[in-house]
Amino acid sequence: MKKLFVLLIPLLFVTSQARAVLTIEITQGVEGATPIAIVPFGWTGSGAPPEDMDLIVAADLQRSGFFSPLPVADMVATPVDSRQVNFANWRAVNVDYLVVGQMKALPDGTYQVQFQLLDVPKAEQLAGYSIRSRKPDLRRTAHQISDIIYKTITGKPGAFDTRIAYITSTTDRKNSKVYRLAVADADGHNEKIIYESSKPLMSPSWSPDGKQLAYVSFSRGRSEIYIQNILSGQTRRVAAFKGINSAPTFSPDGRKLAMTLSKDGNPEIYIMDLSTGKLKRVTRSYAIDTEPAWTPDGKALYFTSDRGGSPQIYRIPVVSSPAGVRAKRITFDGNYNARPAISPDGRYLAMVHREDGSFRIAVQDLKAGHYRILTKTRLDESPSFSPNGAMIIYATEDNYRGALAAVSVDGRAHQRLRLQAGDVREPAWSPFKTR
Amino acid sequence: MGKFPLYILIAVLVLAMGGCKFSPVNDKNKGGKGGKYSSDTEQTQTEAEKDADARYGMGEDEALAMKALEDPNSLLSKRVLYFDLDSSQISGEARDIITAHAEFLAQHPDISIILEGHADERGTREYNLALGERRAKSVQQLFLLQGVAQNQIQIISFGEERPVALDHNESAWRLNRRVEILYSGY
Repeated sequence: MKKLFVLLIPLLFVTSQARAVLTIEITQGVEGATPIAIVPFGWTGSGAPPEDMDLIVAADLQRSGFFSPLPVADMVATPVDSRQVNFANWRAVNVDYLVVGQMKALPDGTYQVQFQLLDVPKAEQLAGYSIRSRKPDLRRTAHQISDIIYKTITGKPGAFDTRIAYITSTTDRKNSKVYRLAVADADGHNEKIIYESSKPLMSPSWSPDGKQLAYVSFSRGRSEIYIQNILSGQTRRVAAFKGINSAPTFSPDGRKLAMTLSKDGNPEIYIMDLSTGKLKRVTRSYAIDTEPAWTPDGKALYFTSDRGGSPQIYRIPVVSSPAGVRAKRITFDGNYNARPAISPDGRYLAMVHREDGSFRIAVQDLKAGHYRILTKTRLDESPSFSPNGAMIIYATEDNYRGALAAVSVDGRAHQRLRLQAGDVREPAWSPFKTR
Repeated sequence: MGKFPLYILIAVLVLAMGGCKFSPVNDKNKGGKGGKYSSDTEQTQTEAEKDADARYGMGEDEALAMKALEDPNSLLSKRVLYFDLDSSQISGEARDIITAHAEFLAQHPDISIILEGHADERGTREYNLALGERRAKSVQQLFLLQGVAQNQIQIISFGEERPVALDHNESAWRLNRRVEILYSGY
């Protein structure tokens, strides 16, 4: 049974300019996705509930590609507690899992959110939590519920309570370009602009604690590297050498920043110690070397180089390597492989691959060696792994505009995020939130 | 007040502009000093008003130089060099344009240019930033070989971030794979 889900969720951002409306469309669901029913949560309080927790959870699970939530209209009953559940009813509609819950407004203005995850065939409870939350945190609470459900069933951590950073470009009323660096929840909600410029912006990259973004700005006329604290807005310029300053990426311990500089002639990879500003040069070639990506252990960098004639991905050790150590070529499929991204477990290398004049996202299994093209569109770029390693978000072209899309690492689940106006590009998925 | 103090004011402004980034001429330039206005009659001012070049008061050499740059029949009026996909190889047409500008720059060592490298949207952004620089550098190399001084040329790459054609097809991409020769102030 091949299922194609077309679910449109218009997500309205409440901002003074009302500029960004992002919609998420599941363009291809997964055959054999696990059927689950998330029953509308009970509500005790005045008026309508401040958030529809069940809908947020259902949308999260559906986006993951691994779950197929039962439409509310097909539900046989609406229990809000496991004691009200007649499991036979749910077996009859073939759901494997059932989520029931309720939300209560408390006198102090906070909310009590309870939910239970139930195994339908076994008629037993797998998880049950009661969470205290505040109104502005309710969406986050829903994402945390999604994470608990995902982890309980799949055994792997969910990445719903995370964020994405991306760059948008729009044309304002005076017909001039406006570039913005934005951060939003992983489902596209709560967009916050953290930097706005009339000059191009590139290459956002998260610090491992999720509190800072490094990026490239042309605000002073050419490419320079900045690091901005996303909460305070405090920004510092870290690289403004002659030539290109670009492709910043934090080391896994957050103490160093790998980057591309052409100050010594042509683009080479360097590592900057962020406390001292000291630079260590990593590559030496007459070719273009750029787009460094750290291995999770911080001991090596993958990067793009055209030293062999066309762009391919190489790997070079950066820790205690003897002088003159050579980079090792990693990709051999096709004549264009660039912009490496490494999965959090270090097993997969995602990249941009050219095939028949189109640019697509491909993944190489670094252990087994398999190479696989995940997308079918023609201008795909900037792959970034979700922190649980399950999904890759990337930039694509949609209706002649830049859009974001995501694909599961196995290539089975696809989704799109559309911005109503302007181009959106260069998504970077945040690490797990730290508290 | 008579008209004379006004002329002094203009002369001061002219001198001030000589040092700002909009002027193609350096302060130390021979013709720039004092400018024409300090001793000019009303007749010349009327001419100056018609002629954008003279308003900067750079002296005759520079005014002529600027005229040469603006002549639509001259190769000097061509300021954009186009490239093949993934290539920084200079085409025959681009070579002729570069030669014309190189001769001009060699004759006018006080004039400097920016070579701005660009790429089309295909391929990755960071690689394209590097590719834009590589294109600008290959143009720079040719300028240096033809006697232009290193300090007359500055290089900036914008990669694929500043397309001139916004469509997503070959006719747009062709226009975006380019190096622009920018004269300061033009």
